[in-house]
Amino acid sequence: MYENNIISVKNLTKKFGDFTANDNLNFDVKKGEIFGFLGANGAGKTTAIKIFCGLSYPTSGEVKIAGYDIYKETEEIKRNIGYMSQRFSLYEDLTVKENIRFYARIYGLSKIEIKEKTDELLEKLNFTHALNKRIKDIPLGWKQKLAFSTAVFHNPEIVFLDEPTGGVDPITRRQFWDLIYEASENGITVFVTTHYMDEAEYCDRVSIMDAGKIEAIGKPEELMKHYDAKTMDAVFLKIAR
Amino acid sequence: MSKHSIIISNISKSYGNIKAVDDISLNVKKGELFGLIGSDGAGKTTLLRILTTLLLSDSGNAQIENFDVKNNYKNIRQIVGYMPGRFSLYEDLSVEENLNFFASIFNTTVAQNYDLIKDVYSYIEPFKKRRAGQLSGGMKQKLALSCALIHKPKVLFLDEPTTGVDAVSRKEFWGMLKNLQKKDITIMVSTPYMDEAGLCDRISLMQNGKFMETDTPENIINKFQKQIYSIKSKNKQKLIKDLRKYKQTYSANIFGQAIHYIDKRNNIKIDELKNHLKSENHIDIEIKAVKPNIEDCFIELMKKEQSAVTNQLKN
Repeated sequence: MYENNIISVKNLTKKFGDFTANDNLNFDVKKGEIFGFLGANGAGKTTAIKIFCGLSYPTSGEVKIAGYDIYKETEEIKRNIGYMSQRFSLYEDLTVKENIRFYARIYGLSKIEIKEKTDELLEKLNFTHALNKRIKDIPLGWKQKLAFSTAVFHNPEIVFLDEPTGGVDPITRRQFWDLIYEASENGITVFVTTHYMDEAEYCDRVSIMDAGKIEAIGKPEELMKHYDAKTMDAVFLKIAR
Repeated sequence: MSKHSIIISNISKSYGNIKAVDDISLNVKKGELFGLIGSDGAGKTTLLRILTTLLLSDSGNAQIENFDVKNNYKNIRQIVGYMPGRFSLYEDLSVEENLNFFASIFNTTVAQNYDLIKDVYSYIEPFKKRRAGQLSGGMKQKLALSCALIHKPKVLFLDEPTTGVDAVSRKEFWGMLKNLQKKDITIMVSTPYMDEAGLCDRISLMQNGKFMETDTPENIINKFQKQIYSIKSKNKQKLIKDLRKYKQTYSANIFGQAIHYIDKRNNIKIDELKNHLKSENHIDIEIKAVKPNIEDCFIELMKKEQSAVTNQLKN
């Protein structure tokens, strides 16, 4: 099972009082896939992601993340995933080096591993000169690339990206997607939310949520064909309006 | 009377060594919908705060409806509306209370200007007893716009009103701006979304405190000199890598499903390119000439700026 489907969601429902935030979700994500989790504000994306990351329990349904059960094995789940959001990812008052070390230690990497991988990472990102700079003093585009790199530093099975590219220039945004593609080639499954509909087209498959339900799921080209639309933006408008 | 609503002359503002706004000049016509297009850190917010008299520039000057931003700031505050990037209404007050508060500050009432805000406010009026802090993102955005409009401003400044907002709400919001424009309000709006550029009358593409280009979206696109080819093949990730390695490539960037490719040569033979990709084992190859969009233009202008900086450093 787990060989193919690294995320398996069956009849997932989450209620807050009378309000159903996630209404009977069913889908799977394959290992190494780049999966776009789309939906309007308030459609229920964040609620679902919290459950997938082991931070909140569903009201009912079965969810397996990297083969681990969402009810009983949340600690294993946390060890096997990475998470990055636009709102919170790195500590602004810590330096680049301190942030890398902090996250790597949390994920249980040894000091020797950290040393080796840090050098490798900084070289790859061309950051070596910024090693001792505080996060608040580096440009947003760098922050985002670094935040992504720390989220996959421990080589997790899955990385969750919650609106990772907001506000950056079009060149930096594409460099960020190069990192995503690279992670995916290395077998890391990428689960991403975005409001940029062109980015939806970069995903292998996407789902579109509206009012707590998944209204559509498939490859971008399939969805465009099915909804007779030229872009994912048009597909999104047809579903979410 | 000037036909310009906003006149900016050589405005600069630095924070330490960083030039947030670097010698910017611009005239915005009355009734124009003007877009500042750029990413975080481009200087959009600093410029908007100078124009709304919330920040003093280091040098240069600016007028809003003939009032000087330094000497006549009190007059300006009476006639401009400002919607800051961060939600800054009172979270503990209800929707209705927020609106009444802003109306009373400007010596007016909601009833007096209801016509102006109706189009926007009608979306949230059913929730008027709800506290502002309890509203969804899209609703907060509409309340903030209602509050910025309640004193019937002549000029409206909006700082990234659609950031973090989904595609549907963004469309709605731009529809509202278009309607406001018809009521003789000059609008200056900033956004990091390149696809919103086409909805403005004129735009400035902003990067590192400077305007790289200012014109109508159509003219900016028509000024683009190079021919873009949209290329697809079965394996997109391999395609982008192979195109970047190709010796004739000037640039190759992902745009949705396809790669936007520009060749170094003026006259390219599509068959030659196709054969090259075939030799790299690509299948289902599609190559077609396409018109650039604003994002292509932005990327090209950024490239030029960067190579200009590199050349300066070399010399």
